[in-house]
Amino acid sequence: MTAPYPTTLIHYWRAMRGIVGREMWRFVTQRERFISALVRPLVWLFVFAAGFRASLGMAIMPPYDTYILYEVYITPGLCAMIQLFNGMQSSLSMVYDREMGSMRILMVSPLPRWFLLLSKLIAGAAVSVLQVYVFLGIAWFYNIKAPWEGYLLLLPCLLLSGLMLGALGLLLSSFIKQLENFAGVMNFVIFPLFFMSTALYPLWKIKESSVLLHLLAKYNPFSQAVELTRFALYAQPNPTALLYTLIAFMVFMTAAIIGYNPSKGMMSRKGGG
Amino acid sequence: MMPTIALSVENLSFAYGNKNRNKTALNQVNFTIRTGECTLLLGPNGAGKSTLFALITRLYDSRQGRIELCGFDVRRQSRRALAKLGVVFQQPTLDMDLSVMQNLLYHADLHGMDGKLARQRIQQELERLDMYERRFEKAKELNGGHRRRVEIARALLHQPSLLLLDEPTVGLDVPSRTAIVSYVHQLASDGQLAVLWASHLIDEVYPQDHLIVLHQGSIQANGPVSEVLAAAQTDTINAAFDHFTQAGKP
Repeated sequence: MTAPYPTTLIHYWRAMRGIVGREMWRFVTQRERFISALVRPLVWLFVFAAGFRASLGMAIMPPYDTYILYEVYITPGLCAMIQLFNGMQSSLSMVYDREMGSMRILMVSPLPRWFLLLSKLIAGAAVSVLQVYVFLGIAWFYNIKAPWEGYLLLLPCLLLSGLMLGALGLLLSSFIKQLENFAGVMNFVIFPLFFMSTALYPLWKIKESSVLLHLLAKYNPFSQAVELTRFALYAQPNPTALLYTLIAFMVFMTAAIIGYNPSKGMMSRKGGG
Repeated sequence: MMPTIALSVENLSFAYGNKNRNKTALNQVNFTIRTGECTLLLGPNGAGKSTLFALITRLYDSRQGRIELCGFDVRRQSRRALAKLGVVFQQPTLDMDLSVMQNLLYHADLHGMDGKLARQRIQQELERLDMYERRFEKAKELNGGHRRRVEIARALLHQPSLLLLDEPTVGLDVPSRTAIVSYVHQLASDGQLAVLWASHLIDEVYPQDHLIVLHQGSIQANGPVSEVLAAAQTDTINAAFDHFTQAGKP
């Protein structure tokens, strides 16, 4: 009686299409989510950066070949911030989904768990890439412009950094059972990651005030995502950031898969009915 | 046609916690379910029903014991085993922001179904449940009974051999409950599907059903309703249930 089973590749493709499509649909139909995702970086750009423009002088440093305004400096950081919030929000939706049960529906579908989780991540990353491009579009009218090839090169880099930050969120979500706990993690994860990074100030500036902070910022994977975005936007290579982000993604992803593995992970320790 | 074994559970044990703090949820559980049978899994709260379901659906994993779906080991051949399984969870699992159709197409995608076949199957299953007219409504616009019907249609979309239902009628009004109980029994009696239904509502049992009484992680009774009644030396399922779940209590 069972329906004819599709070949593996087609099955994988259809499942990924379904998962990504569902996430995209949810994003475009939830207008408040779309607007709030944009308002946050725009406030930083129009208000915070404008206010700090005078006090924070920027020296010439790669990838910039001239003196730049502070707004120009923090734009890549804000792109990464969009992805950071989105990555955490996707994990939040996973905690929520799990409570609502639709994560269960995903988990009992006949595909390997790593593939289902990866598809979820790709879906989240795709949404964040969309958000970043809309943000960059608005920034363009604010006279923050990059070469056209930068906008193209940015796409794969954004996908990678989106996947890395999503995997970090996924890893956290595998440890969190209740939504309330997640709010705490947001404060303990998002803010330290963001402020201890090169999103708002360059490394040499941090070094001037604290060597320890400089070290933390240097090895913060979020900094690497920021630098990857910064260099890609100006169409310049940054192999260190690329490699670091890639490795961070693989480490977070592997840990998250273990976290969601029914026999090894946290699921079995959480108990149930 | 000979009924085939849709689900076989052998020596299954499971405990929550770690080495130091162990809470046994299932202890040496054995049973089989055949196509054409509707098996009611009865047990008080905390008996281990949800744990058993989580193990069959591979949300949890157990190294002790073996679960086979249509001959496929859930742990080793999970993809093939899960393809044979349709599940209706206790919690609502529809995406409330999506329409009935979108919810079902999403499920079809997860099962790798071809688009044309998926739409055909959606129409068949929704029509059987009088829900086809409402396919473009958002899930959040439906009442509890109708959402359950959509979930049942979804569980059957990929034509599974075993349908698992985890207390699906909780919180529903009497007419919706009666309709779902009758529909699921009808599905089993068509002969091509096995049903395992966790419940704590005795009135959902039909005389031709099979019963498994689970208590404190162990099976206390297992067999057709008549055999279980005979074993408990009583005429009513209520009394038999009390007999098996209160044994040993003062």
